[in-house]
Amino acid sequence: MRALGLATVFCFGAILFYISFDFPGWGDENSPASQHVSPYYIEHTMDDTSVPNIVTAILADYRGYDTLFETAVIFSAGLACFFLLRIPERQAPPARFYRHLATGITFRIEKGGRLPEDTDEFERIDSVWVPYDVIIGMTCRLVVPFIQLFALYVIAHGHHSPGGGFQGGVIFGAAIILFAISNNLRRTLKRMSEKTSALLGSLGVLIYAGTGILCMVLGAGFLNYSALASLLGVDPVSARSHGILIVEIGVGIAVTAVMVWIYYNLSSAGRQDEGL
Amino acid sequence: MIWPLDIIILTIVIICGIAAISIKDLLGAAIMFGAYSFMMCLLWSVMGAVDVAFTEASVGAGVSTVFFVAAVFRTTRRTRD
Repeated sequence: MRALGLATVFCFGAILFYISFDFPGWGDENSPASQHVSPYYIEHTMDDTSVPNIVTAILADYRGYDTLFETAVIFSAGLACFFLLRIPERQAPPARFYRHLATGITFRIEKGGRLPEDTDEFERIDSVWVPYDVIIGMTCRLVVPFIQLFALYVIAHGHHSPGGGFQGGVIFGAAIILFAISNNLRRTLKRMSEKTSALLGSLGVLIYAGTGILCMVLGAGFLNYSALASLLGVDPVSARSHGILIVEIGVGIAVTAVMVWIYYNLSSAGRQDEGL
Repeated sequence: MIWPLDIIILTIVIICGIAAISIKDLLGAAIMFGAYSFMMCLLWSVMGAVDVAFTEASVGAGVSTVFFVAAVFRTTRRTRD
C-alpha cells in the first residue's frame, strides 16, 4: 500500500514537472498574459484611477468582485471557527488560580469555593500557562502601538507602496494577538470583546458591499467608484482612487476583527476563559 | 534575478516542506511551516512580486504560525480516547 502510494505520488509529480516545461518563462514578453492583459493595466491604470501601485488598482478596482468575495471568505472562515469551536457553557471550571498581588502567593481555589473576583488584591492566572514576566510584558506593551501605527500606514499607503487592506489588517490583528499572548486572554477580551470582533468583521464586509451598492444607487455599475465623484466632490478619476481607499479600510477592519476572533476561539478551545 | 540565491532559497523551501510533514513534534512542524512561508516570501520578492511577498510574510509566516501554535497548545501528548 505504501509503495503504491509512493508510486502514485511520483507519477503525478513527474507529470506536473513535465507540464511545467510548457509554462512561459519568467518575465517572458511573448506569453499570453503579457500580450494583451498586462499592457492594458500598465498603460491605463494611471489615467483611469490615478493610483501609482498597479497591483492595488487591479485588486480593489478592476477586479473588485474578487476582493469583495475574498473578504467574505475570510469572514466566513471566522464564522466557521466560531460555530465549530465555541462552547457557550457557563459552568465553573474544576479549579481556578489566583495570585495575591501584594505577596505574590498563588492560591488554588477548588470547584465551589468563593472566588475573589470583585477585589483588586487578587489577579486571576491561567492553570496551564502562567505568563508572569516583566520584561516580556513591558516589551510587548512598548512594541504594540508601533505595530498598530505601521498597520494603519500599510492600509493608508497601499496606493503608493506594497500593502493594502489585507496586509494592514493582518498586521493590526497580529498586534492585538501579541497583546493577548504577552498578557492574557481575559484582559484582551475586556479591551476587545468577542461581540466587538464579530460586529467589526461584518461591518468591514458591509463597508465593502455598501460602497458597491452606493455606486449602483448613484447610477453606475456595482463597485464602479467613479459614480462617487458627485458625493465626494472630486473628478471621476480621483473618485476611483478614493473609492479604493474606502474599500481597503473596510477590508482592513474585517481582516483585523476576524484574525482576532479566530485567535480567541483557537487558543482557548472555544471556552474563551483560559488561553495562550 | 541572482540565480545562486534563487537556488539556495528553493532548496531551503523544499527542505522545510519535507521537514514539516516528516517531523514528529507538532510544534516543530508549525515552526517549519513558518520557515517555509518566510522562504517563499523571499522567493516572491526575488521575483519582483512585492505585494504577494508582503502578504506571505504577514499571513503565512506571521498569523498562521500563531494559529498553528495556538492549536498545538490545546493538544495533549496522548489522546484521551
